Amino acid sequence: MSLSFLSRRLAYGLLLMLGVVILNFLLIRLAPGDPAVVIAGEMGGATEEMLESIREDYGLNKPVLTQLWIYISGVATGNLGESFFFNQPVSSLIAARVGPTILLVISAQIISIVLGVFLGVIAARKPNGVMSAFVSVFATIGYAVPVFWTGIMLIILFASAIPIFPVEGMQSVKLRGAPFLTQALDVAHHLVLPAFTLAIIYLAQYARLSRASMLEVLGSDYIRTARAKGSPERSVLFKHALRNAALPILTVAGLQFGNLISGALLVETVFNWPGMGRLAFESILRRDYPTIMGVLFFASAMVVVANILTDISYRWADPRLRGR
Amino acid sequence: MSNQNDMSDYTAESPAREAWRMFRRNIPALVGVFILAAIILLTFYGQFFYTGDAFDVVWAPHERPGVTPEFPLGTDYLGRDLVAGLLTGGGATLAVGATAAMITMIIGITFGALAGFYGGWVDNLLMRITEFFQVLPALLFAMVLVTLFSPSLFTIAMAIGVVSWPQTARLTRAEFLKIKELEYVTAARAIGAKNKRIIWKVILPNAMPPLIVSATLTIGVAILFEAGLSFLGLGDPNVMSWGLMIGANREYILDAWWPVTFPGLAIFFTVFAVSLIGDGLNDAFNPKLRER
Repeated sequence: MSLSFLSRRLAYGLLLMLGVVILNFLLIRLAPGDPAVVIAGEMGGATEEMLESIREDYGLNKPVLTQLWIYISGVATGNLGESFFFNQPVSSLIAARVGPTILLVISAQIISIVLGVFLGVIAARKPNGVMSAFVSVFATIGYAVPVFWTGIMLIILFASAIPIFPVEGMQSVKLRGAPFLTQALDVAHHLVLPAFTLAIIYLAQYARLSRASMLEVLGSDYIRTARAKGSPERSVLFKHALRNAALPILTVAGLQFGNLISGALLVETVFNWPGMGRLAFESILRRDYPTIMGVLFFASAMVVVANILTDISYRWADPRLRGR
Repeated sequence: MSNQNDMSDYTAESPAREAWRMFRRNIPALVGVFILAAIILLTFYGQFFYTGDAFDVVWAPHERPGVTPEFPLGTDYLGRDLVAGLLTGGGATLAVGATAAMITMIIGITFGALAGFYGGWVDNLLMRITEFFQVLPALLFAMVLVTLFSPSLFTIAMAIGVVSWPQTARLTRAEFLKIKELEYVTAARAIGAKNKRIIWKVILPNAMPPLIVSATLTIGVAILFEAGLSFLGLGDPNVMSWGLMIGANREYILDAWWPVTFPGLAIFFTVFAVSLIGDGLNDAFNPKLRER
C-alpha cells in the first residue's frame, strides 16, 4: 500500500468532514428563528441568561464568518457544544453511546456478509435450482420489509412465545459487577435480536449480489481450468471463484455503511439499545440541536472511515489496483 | 431470433413496444401491478364505501380483530378503527413516496446529466458534492431536516428527496458517459444541435430505461423512509399514515399485536409490489439478462 494513496485518501476524508461541519453550521442558521433559541432547544422557554451565554459561546453577535471559524475550531478540538437538555458536553454524551452502535453495526455487517455470501454461493451452483429461487424471493421480501417493523415482530415473537432472547436493552441490571466474561456473554445474548433485525435487509441483498457475481465468474476460463486440473468443487467455489467475485460485494458493503447506520437508528429505538441512534431519537424529541448535530457529525465520520477502509480492502482484494 | 437468417421474417418493433411485450409476460411483475393497483384504489376510493375518520375514537381500546363486525381489524390503544386508519393512512404514504421519488429524480438527473455530459471541472465539482451527500447517513439527515423545518408532507418528501438523489446522479452520469460517445450524438452535433438540446432531447431519452427502473425502486425506498420517519414521530402529526400507526401503538405491542402488524403488512405489500414492478421493468429493458 503506497503511503501517498493513504495520505491522499485521509486528506479527502478530512475535507468531507469539514463539509459536514459547515453544513451543520448552515442548518442551524437556516432554521427559522433566533439561532440562540434554536440551540437552547427550549422552544421559547429559555431564560435570558441562558440565551446570553449561548450567544457568548458561539459568538453569535460577531460576523457570520467569525461564527463559522469559532464553530470549526471548536469541533477540531473535540468541542461539539453543550447539550442543554442532558446538561453535559455533547462529546461525552456521544463517547458513551458510540461503542454500542459500533458493536451493533459491525455485528450486523458481519452476519449479513457471511450468511449472505454463503447463500449466494450455494445458489450460484444451480442457477435455476430451489436455492436460487429462494434467494431471489428472500431478497425481494427483505428489501420490502420496514426494518423497525421486523424488530417489533421479533419482539412480539420472543417476548412471550419463545422467550429465549432478551428483547430490550444491552445488559441485564442484575449482572452489573459480574466477571467480565459473564457480562460479555450477556451483551452478546442481548445483541442477537437487534443484530439479526438489522442484518436481514442486507443479508438478502448480499445473497442476491453474490449469486449474480458468482454466476459471472463461474463462466470464465480459469474456473474451467481449475476444474479440469481436478480441484475439489469446494475449493473451486470458495477459493478460485469467490475471491474474484468479491469485488462487487466489497463495493456494496462500503456503500451500504451509511444505510446501515440509518437502519441502526431505527433498530436501536425499537430495542432500546443504548447507542447513538437512540441518542439521536431522544435529542430530536427534545429539540436538543447541539446533540443532534453532534450525532450527525459523528455518524458521518464513521461513514468516512468505513469508506477509507473499503478502499484499502479493495487494494487487498485486487492486486491490480496496488500500483496506483 | 437466435438464428441470423430469420431476420427476413422479423418485423421491426420499437424498443418501448418490445419492453412492454416482455413486461406483459412477466408474471411476478404483473402480480406487482395488481397489488399496487389494489392498494391505490383502496387508499383513494376506499373511504367512499367505508366511512369513518381514522382519528376518531369509535370503540373500546384494543378490540381484537374479527370480534366486532363493524371493526373487522379491531381497534388500537385509543379505540380508533384500524380499517379506517389503513385506508386513510395509505394516501399520505403513497403521496410522499411519489413526490420524494420525483424530487430525487429531478436533482439526480440534473446533477448526473451535467456531470456526465460536460466532464472536466464540472464533473469533478458535481461528483464531489454527490460524494459529500453520500457520506451523510440518510435517515439521520432527513430527521434533522424535518425537525428543523417543521414536519409537513411536503417537507418530508423534500427531505427524503434531498437525501436519496446521489445514487440517481451516479447512474445518470454513467449512462451519459456511455451514450455521449455514440454516433447519433455526433450526428446531432453535426447538424448543429446545441448542448442543451443534445443533453435533454438526444441523450436523456436514450438514458431513460435504467432511470425508469431506478425511479421505481426509489419510490419503494421513499415509502420505507416515510414510514421510518412517521414511526419515530417525525411525520405530520395531523395526517394519518401507516408509519404513524405503528409508532403510536408501539408501546403496547405486548398487549395487542394487531395495531402494529396490519400497517406493517400494508407497507410491506406496497414496497414489495413496487419492487416486483421494478424488477420486471429491469428485465424488460434488458432482454439479454433474462437468459440467466
